[in-house]
Amino acid sequence: MRKTMTMLAFALVVASANAETIEQRIAPCLACHGEKGQSEIENTPSLGGQQAPYTLIQLFMFREKLRTFEPMNEMAKPLTDDDLRLFSDFIAKMPKPAPSEEAGEPARMQRGQALVQQHRCDTCHNLDLSGKENVPRIANQREDYLAKTLAEYKDNSRRGYDASMADVMAPIAPGQIADLAYYIARLR
Amino acid sequence: MISHPSTPRSLLLAGAFFSAFTLTAAAQQPAAPPAAGAPPAAAAAPALPPGSPLIGRPAGNEAAAKLAPNAPPPIPAAPDKLPTAKLKVPAGFNIEVYAAGMANARSLALGDKGTVFVGSRLVDKVYAIVNKDGKREVKVLASGLYRPNGIAFKDGTLYIAELSKVSKIEKVEDNLDNPPKPTVIFDKLPKDEAHGWKFIGIGPDNKLYVPVGQPGNNVLNSDEHALIRRMNLDGSGAEVIARGVRQTVGFDWHPETKQLYFTDNGRDWMSEDVPEDELNRITKVGEHFGTPFCLQGNILDPEFGWGKSCSDYTAPVGLLGPHSAALGMRFYTGSMFPKSYKNVAIIARHGSWNRSKKVGGDLVIAKLNKDGTMKSMEPFLTGFVEDNKYIGRPVDVLQMKDGSLLVSDDWNGAVYRITYGKQKVAGKS
Repeated sequence: MRKTMTMLAFALVVASANAETIEQRIAPCLACHGEKGQSEIENTPSLGGQQAPYTLIQLFMFREKLRTFEPMNEMAKPLTDDDLRLFSDFIAKMPKPAPSEEAGEPARMQRGQALVQQHRCDTCHNLDLSGKENVPRIANQREDYLAKTLAEYKDNSRRGYDASMADVMAPIAPGQIADLAYYIARLR
Repeated sequence: MISHPSTPRSLLLAGAFFSAFTLTAAAQQPAAPPAAGAPPAAAAAPALPPGSPLIGRPAGNEAAAKLAPNAPPPIPAAPDKLPTAKLKVPAGFNIEVYAAGMANARSLALGDKGTVFVGSRLVDKVYAIVNKDGKREVKVLASGLYRPNGIAFKDGTLYIAELSKVSKIEKVEDNLDNPPKPTVIFDKLPKDEAHGWKFIGIGPDNKLYVPVGQPGNNVLNSDEHALIRRMNLDGSGAEVIARGVRQTVGFDWHPETKQLYFTDNGRDWMSEDVPEDELNRITKVGEHFGTPFCLQGNILDPEFGWGKSCSDYTAPVGLLGPHSAALGMRFYTGSMFPKSYKNVAIIARHGSWNRSKKVGGDLVIAKLNKDGTMKSMEPFLTGFVEDNKYIGRPVDVLQMKDGSLLVSDDWNGAVYRITYGKQKVAGKS
């Protein structure tokens, strides 16, 4: 699987090298992340409406291998500083992801909401969890990606740009992550 | 000791797809009960667990909801985009760009042969600004490091402090083009991310001073946190010399008394105006500076101060402004600046985030009384804040041999140089 994904990423990078418009250049990204801002692929984040400064930081970290995920490291490798800005700005203007159609079990939604309130996620991520500046939009992000990311911040396998999320996750129990992700993904 | 982000790729990919399963299992567990002993919440929201970085932050308060740490842009500003023209220094002083293009430029150290070393916190690099044939050039000296904020130089050797280890590169200035990998000298350090980055320095006693910050905004100390340690230059003989230090990211030794002065950052979320950041002085080994029980020498912490008394702790010698993030500081001993600057502490205040109206984002001059306490604090370099937003943030200061002063700016990835009087050749050190 690794080989296929790496090759796919490489093929996409090569294909994009000669493309002209931003729409053409970003097409390989959206093949996985979703053409309309909403990802349909497991553990792959939706990008629509993402805060441009946050995306810029992530693309920079992928390019510099400060954040490790090989397909993304390969994709970001040839990008210039200006490219990073161009892609981030474009992504910010794509439609934001929509909550899943099912409303969610009331009990789990309540637990998730209580956790979001308790841990003051809105302090940085905004009251509607749409993010601001370098703090990402998390509202209606894919549930699997949210859970994976929170777990990675918790065990420090994903090192943030700064230490904020490690700090926030320290007192949160691993068992609470699933409820957080469930709720944030379905937030209306 | 740190495992750098180098998880085998197959594992990473597999992990991505497996995590969904493990998390489903985790979801079956009942929600954790509210933590015992947590303080009552200010409003309707459930109490924060002990150790949360947000304890004290009022719920449902619009002004407080607007506050969050300000992460700098990852890409260094181009030299022509730097805010140099907007920066203000006192009459007779000048400021210019010394070097640019160093993402997240943080702590500064000066080599014997004039090389300026620059650490970073959010990227993995230590830079070297090299003077070669009258031209200044930035090299990446080391990369793949983890939060290499702290650097110090002594007798040809560069010491680098990452999040949880200290290493060295010997004869570094002779090998700037092909430096060897740093070799570890000390790694018995906690791996906490919060306040895990370090400033280091080498004292007049020829020992290396390495602090460990609090692993959160406002938490009870373990024996391994909130301290300053000193050790021999090979990492041996380490001893804790100060406790109750929340997070110091800058220190220096007084040129005459040889006492160690250090800045310390106060806690967040208590209020807009207190506690203030501190200027401290170590007068004997084993002093406790109050964290987390006593703040700024005269306020008992609302959570941890019960039953404590500020008189049991060493008070700061000066207060440096609320949330101002006082970081790098050095005593000025050069001959270029006017005589009134002799032995003053020049302190870089990175600037606040946990305050509605920003404080800091400047260099200040702290003058001392005869007894070594702070007499006055006055602005020296300003202009980094525009409409309550940062256009740059000073981190560290470094006196050059000619008496000029370098200032690092991690927001723009640049180092500026401050000089006094008419300069014969601008831009040369």
